[in-house]
Amino acid sequence: MICDLCKDGEAVIQLTEIEGSGVRQLHLCEKCAAERGVETTLTAAKPQINNFLQTIHEQMPAAKGEPAQCSFCQATLADFRATGRLGCAHCYDTFESSLRDLLRRVHGNSRHIGRRYVAPLPTELPHVSSATELRDRLKRAIDAEQFELAADIRDKLRGIE
Amino acid sequence: MLDLSLLPDGGASWLDASGEHADIVISTRIRLARNLEGYAFTPRARDGERLRILTQVREAFASLRSIEDGVLVRVDELAPEDRLLLHERHLVSKELAGLNDQPVRTGAAVYLSRGVGIMVNEEDHLRLQALHSGFHVADAFGVIERLDAELGNKVPYAFHNEFGYLTACPTNVGTGLRASVLIHLPGLVLTKEIGKVLAGLQQVGLTYRGMYGEGSEVVGNFFQISNQTTLGRSEGELLDYLVRVVRHVIEREEEARRVLLRDAGYIIEDKLWRAFGTLRYARSLSFEEAMNYLSGVRLAVGLKLISGLSVYTLNKLLIFSQLAHLGHTEGRALTESEANVARARYVRDTLAAEAE
Ligand SMILES: [Zn+2]
Ligand SMILES: [Zn+2]
Repeated sequence: MICDLCKDGEAVIQLTEIEGSGVRQLHLCEKCAAERGVETTLTAAKPQINNFLQTIHEQMPAAKGEPAQCSFCQATLADFRATGRLGCAHCYDTFESSLRDLLRRVHGNSRHIGRRYVAPLPTELPHVSSATELRDRLKRAIDAEQFELAADIRDKLRGIE
Repeated sequence: MLDLSLLPDGGASWLDASGEHADIVISTRIRLARNLEGYAFTPRARDGERLRILTQVREAFASLRSIEDGVLVRVDELAPEDRLLLHERHLVSKELAGLNDQPVRTGAAVYLSRGVGIMVNEEDHLRLQALHSGFHVADAFGVIERLDAELGNKVPYAFHNEFGYLTACPTNVGTGLRASVLIHLPGLVLTKEIGKVLAGLQQVGLTYRGMYGEGSEVVGNFFQISNQTTLGRSEGELLDYLVRVVRHVIEREEEARRVLLRDAGYIIEDKLWRAFGTLRYARSLSFEEAMNYLSGVRLAVGLKLISGLSVYTLNKLLIFSQLAHLGHTEGRALTESEANVARARYVRDTLAAEAE
């Protein structure tokens, strides 16, 4: 089979493209494929997720003006670089500009355009501990020298405030 | 020992071969990743936080109307072989079952009902998933969409104005949506077209991996195709791409099968009957062997070379010939060689009961 583009080289790869309401196949030679940025070996097509950590390492120097640590979960950018996992929802705000670049690289976009979520009002939730209740529990935990519990409660308080 | 018969559908309705193209597409799975406001993400959360998350969602589950007769399984309290059993049945992920390099987490649980499940304290606090037989994207998404809307009204999700639903790993952020189909492509493998077809997937934001291998070895010509990106496209668009491309892959597979029969009819026929013969009479089968021969028999059934064998039976053979399932049937943990003997017996008996 010859290449659909140059009509010259031997086609070695099939490029799938979404077109209108269907899918189109282009048969390309090695050269034309490379020009379109398509890897021609099967191993090269292995899921990008595997390279995700590598992408982080290449893409994420800490942006200027970003705090070194998330105030909610104490995670740092170094933690993220090591694990590929953010510590909490607030990390997205803390490391916002570095993440925006990474998301563009990983998803080709950084803006969510799918469904939007509206959180229920606290009164509609079955049971959410109030800040006062949590402060009481926090005091009790500290009095009882249950420091891990106290840390947990403090986290929860931060989530509410 | 875990009793899966307590689940509303025995945890097996997704094997019933009811969906579209069920001989080629084994199953369709759709999952949404969601996290709750007010806690660290699961990997960073402390045991106490994860247990509180479990308590909070457990109350919410009890009042859900889109899930009937749900059963909560505390995965963290199960024996290792039962965790493996749930994973082999595709009801929990490797990570939730503690089968990756990390041990099972305190607070790991799954809420299961007919074709739907919610994993708690996976990498994200919640992983809502629907699992359907065959190629069934719209139905599976409908189920999960209703569940998500209802649950999101009972517990507050972490949502960001620009980035969408927030997840522990940025590869899931945005829609949190991962749709995947488990597809059998022996025709494309035998005609050596598979590399070209799979390499093309990435160009449209899709990805693939082998069914059982850890990315390296693809066993039995089973592949999982799913969306790679989750951000910057709507849920509908992501699903639509997947559907169109999978339809196209199915057509390519059917074309490859026609070519095989036309150009190498008797060679293929001989190969597939030999696979059947081995499964029908072997006294010991490794898992890998069983998968590869089952792939041959599945192809033979698709080509109508072998009749009297249902796709449902073929699906069951794939799942029930795995290690923990065999052990479950025997009532004890099996060594590898014991499992090989038990597997051969199970496959033999099942084929004998149906194919004669
Ligand atoms: Zn060319
Ligand atoms: Zn954080």
